[in-house]
Amino acid sequence: MSVLVYTENWDGKFKKLSFELVSYAAGVAKMTGSSVTALSVGRVEDAELKKLGDYGAAKIVNVNNDQLAVFDSQVYAGVLADISAGKGSKIIILANNNTGKAIAPRLSVRLKAGVGSGVSRLPLNLNPFTVYKRSYSGNAFAHMEINSDIKILTLAQNSFDIASTPNTATIENTFVTIEASQVKTVVKNVEKQTGKMLLTDADIVVSGGRGMKSPDNWGPIVELADLLGGATACSRPVSDEGWRPHTEHTGQTGKIIAPNLYIAVGISGATQHLAGISSSKYIVAINTDKDAPIFEAAQYGIVGDALKVLPKLVEAVKEIKK
Amino acid sequence: MKILVCISNVPDTTTKIRFAPGNTSIDIAGIQWVINPWDELSLTRALELKDDAANGIKSVTVVHVGPAASEPTIRKALAIGADDAVRVNAEPRDAYYTAAQIAEVVKKEQFDIILCGIESSDYNGSIVGGMVAEFLGVPSVSSVSGIKFENGQPVMTREIDGGKETVTVPVPFVAIVQKGIAKEPRIAAMRGIMMARSKPVKLVEPVAVESLTQVLEYEKPAPRAACKYIDSENPAQLIGLLQNEAKVI
Repeated sequence: MSVLVYTENWDGKFKKLSFELVSYAAGVAKMTGSSVTALSVGRVEDAELKKLGDYGAAKIVNVNNDQLAVFDSQVYAGVLADISAGKGSKIIILANNNTGKAIAPRLSVRLKAGVGSGVSRLPLNLNPFTVYKRSYSGNAFAHMEINSDIKILTLAQNSFDIASTPNTATIENTFVTIEASQVKTVVKNVEKQTGKMLLTDADIVVSGGRGMKSPDNWGPIVELADLLGGATACSRPVSDEGWRPHTEHTGQTGKIIAPNLYIAVGISGATQHLAGISSSKYIVAINTDKDAPIFEAAQYGIVGDALKVLPKLVEAVKEIKK
Repeated sequence: MKILVCISNVPDTTTKIRFAPGNTSIDIAGIQWVINPWDELSLTRALELKDDAANGIKSVTVVHVGPAASEPTIRKALAIGADDAVRVNAEPRDAYYTAAQIAEVVKKEQFDIILCGIESSDYNGSIVGGMVAEFLGVPSVSSVSGIKFENGQPVMTREIDGGKETVTVPVPFVAIVQKGIAKEPRIAAMRGIMMARSKPVKLVEPVAVESLTQVLEYEKPAPRAACKYIDSENPAQLIGLLQNEAKVI
């Protein structure tokens, strides 16, 4: 028996999320007295695959097939179903990201396996099997029992610390037969931003709200994010106004993120905004209104005009980066 | 073409969540129930697509799995502009159970496009849409932030890490939609509210399906430490705290 973890790669490379997943799987395997099998799909060099062993994978199954170049949820769910059946996996772990959310529910029906989505801790209990998951958009956490024989967990990004548990992993190259006719998804066009830190990957996020007054004032937000090696974000009114792209909107209906540091500048902190950022480890609020709800969520606050405070912050960061 | 929009009934997103004694459910006293925000945006987009006659959308139906108490939410969807509704008369026990019920409705009524919001703001599962597709054995496209028609065929934009793709799949399919699908939710006009009263809501009894998950208990998020204020004239002090106290920069 093994815990199966699906590790996504980006152009043949793993990133922090992949290692979080394997570390989490290693924790689950330890609890259940089993071992970790990591599944990787696509062209990934052996040296890169071996990295998964550093976080506790005992076996790495590499599936490479031209039909998997296009992401089709039905086909991918089929691959996971086959591999998990072959390995007798009772617990399957994916990321709670675009890919995981596309695969997990299909796999669930195929295997009749209950899903604990967006888990942020190791299972609370094995009998009954109970997971800890976000609910009510971060206003509550549920202890949820999964009563099926096979369980699927999707891990919230940046919620579980990477732990090094070196293992000499064996790599198993597996070929899966997929007919071209099984791939129903046709990708007609791809637009990719390159060279920009992804909001969901960033450890530090600097975010602006209506208090920034105009899109012309975004310079210091971008500069601060760059200096700190972070990404920029914004509140909903800002993206609705077209001041910033929709992809930067953090909040209940936008992106849900959990960086180590979230700096909210000129954001009042409506419930819907907090729903997207409340899992951040540290929140800094800069706002003119001392009664703004953002200060209840923040550990550090500055009551003042963002447009005056920001340039000073930028200078202070430049000072320590010297 | 016929569109089905799956709608969930959730507490208004500004609700202060309290738990009922025993912490096994929320305290529903005084809660305003609304259409789940993403489902409302799906419905809006479905109606926009129908408004353009060139797209050939015959009808927009909403389906809801819930008891009679959720009728007002269904009426609201009809008031916004859905043509008719199906209510599966059952407590939505978990995602698997709910998806199985919706799939049964689709099997009987034959829809071409099934729209599901990415998640419900209560359980935050993000799984019902994909499950419906798998129960039906039809394609699903996730993270859909746009849907339009080109030459009579639905074309979708799906978000990927750091970009987007334009994709098509053959009908019938399930689109799991998110931010961007429609700009603002459509609001019910008085005429719509009047018309909604006479629109058909078909009542369907549930099929026997087990549930695979169950919430045993809820807890509140851990309280955060009180905010430490820093003088606005001296932001450098903040940087010092982030560096030496929080150790995050």
